Amino acid sequence: MPTFVYMTRCDGCGHCVDICPSDIMHIDTTTRRAYNIEPNMCWECYSCVKACPHNAIDVRGYADFAPLGHSVRVIRDEEKGVIAWRIKFRNGKKDMNLLAPITTKPWGTAIPQLADESAPSKDMVDSQLLYNEPKYVRMDDGGLHTLESNGLKLKEGVYY
Amino acid sequence: MGYKTVIEDDIDVLITGAGMAGTGAAFESRYWGKDKKIVIAEKANMDRSGAVAQGLYAINTYMGTRFGENNPEDHVRYARMDLMGMVREDLLFDMARHVDSAVHQFEEWGLPLMRDPKTGAYQREGRWQIMIHGESYKPIVAEAAKKSADKVFNRICVTHLLMDDAKENRVAGAVGFNVRTGDYHVFKSKTVICAAGGASNIFKPRSVGEGAGRVWYAPWSSGSAYGLLIEAGAKMTQMENRIVLARFKDGYGPVGAYFLHLKTYTQNGVGEEYESKWFPELSKMVGKEYLDTEGQHLSHKPIPTCLRNHAFINEVNAGRGPIHMVTMEAFQDPHLEEIGWHNFLGMTVGQAVLWAATDVDPKYENPELTTSEPYVMGSHATGCGAWVSGPEDLSPEEYFWGYNRMTTVEGLFGAGDAAGGTPHAFSSGSFTEGRLAAKAACKYIDDGKAEGIKVSQEQIDRRGKQIFKPMEHYKIYRNEITAGSVNPNYINPRQGLDRLQKLMDEYAGGVTVSYMTNDKLLNIGLKKMKMLEEDLEKIAAEDIHELLRAWELKHRQLSSEAVLQHTLFRKETRWPGYYYRGDAMKLDDQNWHVLTVSRRDPKTGEYTMEKAPCYHLISDEEEKVA
Repeated sequence: MPTFVYMTRCDGCGHCVDICPSDIMHIDTTTRRAYNIEPNMCWECYSCVKACPHNAIDVRGYADFAPLGHSVRVIRDEEKGVIAWRIKFRNGKKDMNLLAPITTKPWGTAIPQLADESAPSKDMVDSQLLYNEPKYVRMDDGGLHTLESNGLKLKEGVYY
Repeated sequence: MGYKTVIEDDIDVLITGAGMAGTGAAFESRYWGKDKKIVIAEKANMDRSGAVAQGLYAINTYMGTRFGENNPEDHVRYARMDLMGMVREDLLFDMARHVDSAVHQFEEWGLPLMRDPKTGAYQREGRWQIMIHGESYKPIVAEAAKKSADKVFNRICVTHLLMDDAKENRVAGAVGFNVRTGDYHVFKSKTVICAAGGASNIFKPRSVGEGAGRVWYAPWSSGSAYGLLIEAGAKMTQMENRIVLARFKDGYGPVGAYFLHLKTYTQNGVGEEYESKWFPELSKMVGKEYLDTEGQHLSHKPIPTCLRNHAFINEVNAGRGPIHMVTMEAFQDPHLEEIGWHNFLGMTVGQAVLWAATDVDPKYENPELTTSEPYVMGSHATGCGAWVSGPEDLSPEEYFWGYNRMTTVEGLFGAGDAAGGTPHAFSSGSFTEGRLAAKAACKYIDDGKAEGIKVSQEQIDRRGKQIFKPMEHYKIYRNEITAGSVNPNYINPRQGLDRLQKLMDEYAGGVTVSYMTNDKLLNIGLKKMKMLEEDLEKIAAEDIHELLRAWELKHRQLSSEAVLQHTLFRKETRWPGYYYRGDAMKLDDQNWHVLTVSRRDPKTGEYTMEKAPCYHLISDEEEKVA
């Protein structure tokens, strides 16, 4: 389902160019607006659709298997932390609105700056533990699993 | 070369590819390397790059030790059986014992994890999967990586690793180019964590024309995880272990939530259950250890993914297609219906588009399923990747050479798709592997292993010339013809990709041959692959975007050659339903209960293959029985 861009809505801002994981949203040098330069490398991931500030980008199902006349539109709102979808069928019989959360915290506020954490002790460096472990594995005081703690051995051969 | 050369020097940890594994590596590096210089080089924009770019509706690897649900060894046994025994159990155990701490952090960072209203535990989809509203999974982990990294270089296509000119077989950084400016980028680094992606689009896809982008794994997953490592001379493992997916037809929408949570099931074109009738014959092919037709329902062991594919493929070939997913029962429940749609919108929007386009309402119609073209990757139900060291407290000596997740090239680490023998890592496990590699990389530096690295100007110049050669080539020969894309002196990246896909499809077991190959076919495939390799020296790129496609193709070609070599080496059919060796249709534990390991000599391009022992976790009680 490759993307396409509506001529009257696009102002050539380049948000889609900046975000596209496949590097296929480019600015046309004549119209100064964005377009999909390589539809057969488009994954219909909607990254550009979500990023467009003017809702100028839409998707038309792949020509080799998707008939015309459908619509799947989306608005992603980082401030409200939600994403809203609307799906319309070709025959008009189904028209769905679906809403989902995208985050539970104000954007970017809940992630620690590890440079500010106290440095790991030598014991920790020499152990198998990662940052915030063992606490974060089980959310209690239990240690990390080892072969010994779990009564296990690694043995060559066919053992099932 | 009309572009600038940009040199980033004195890097401690360079992360090539910032998907799930790369963001995990970047985040964790800062904790173990407070004063270290951590740099990310990413082909796209880290906020939406890698396989999780469009989001996920589930985290597929979560032990739930916190809720008393599973222990790491339970997951190892599950992954082992799903892969017909061929896994690195030290690496799997290591990933599984750490993975929950990654998931708990995701929740703290704002990723909406669903909870079971009755138990308060995370909402399970299956034994290992938990359900999430993961549209912004990738932007959230990208935020964490940004907080830890000194510099993030987006839009850098890393083409090659730099090697130390002072000491053989030691990494010294990486080179690539900026896909916007065309600048040549040189990253000199003490360690490199290769966290690039697996390979889509190396086998001819079922879709044609425009729909060729509707591949199961992202079209931008260009096998760079393998291309970079193979070219540096790192040993690879299990590259024959490609994966075929049973998915909703054409859109490749995921089926996990449908099977596990919505309790939908499959039937053939005439409305019958079809799987079990193929199992007695299949059990003779693979042996009772892998498929016990009488005991399976008693043991409650899940049937390996490939064996279920086998039943699917055979039923369709017997003329009783299509295979349908029976959704009409579950979708009568409006709550489950909504989950069914959310599941697509959260991770494969294209399937929702297709159903809207074809008026398929799963409430009133059972949608069709299909088996996909094969994919080469290392984090889903398959374990292609580099032969990496395990952790010191777990690994037997054949699996251990000093630093966790370090490849056989010193200072070069692998995580996610790049680490071999670790299937069923998925998003959370890949992130975890990145963290493990990051800690090990910092330790490697602190142990003084990265002293005295030298990168000669000759190496930098040689790579620079090589990178931009496709554009030079285009300039030289373009005007020999009037117009168009047919030129006797070069092929363009799309033409090369088409040839690669056709070759792999027909000789290495793609869809048009029902996943069948044999010794003869593979040898012809290798011969043709050499010619393609030679022709890639004459590939032409009209602009920087095509230059990106040219290097993606090179990485895909290197990955594919490894697939051919490994498939040829393993003379058995280990994973019926993923591929078949027609000349060795049985699973052969006598000779092939081993991991396959390869190395391509960077100077000559010659392959050497070897067998590595396959270790399994056994408990004290199991040992007594054995």
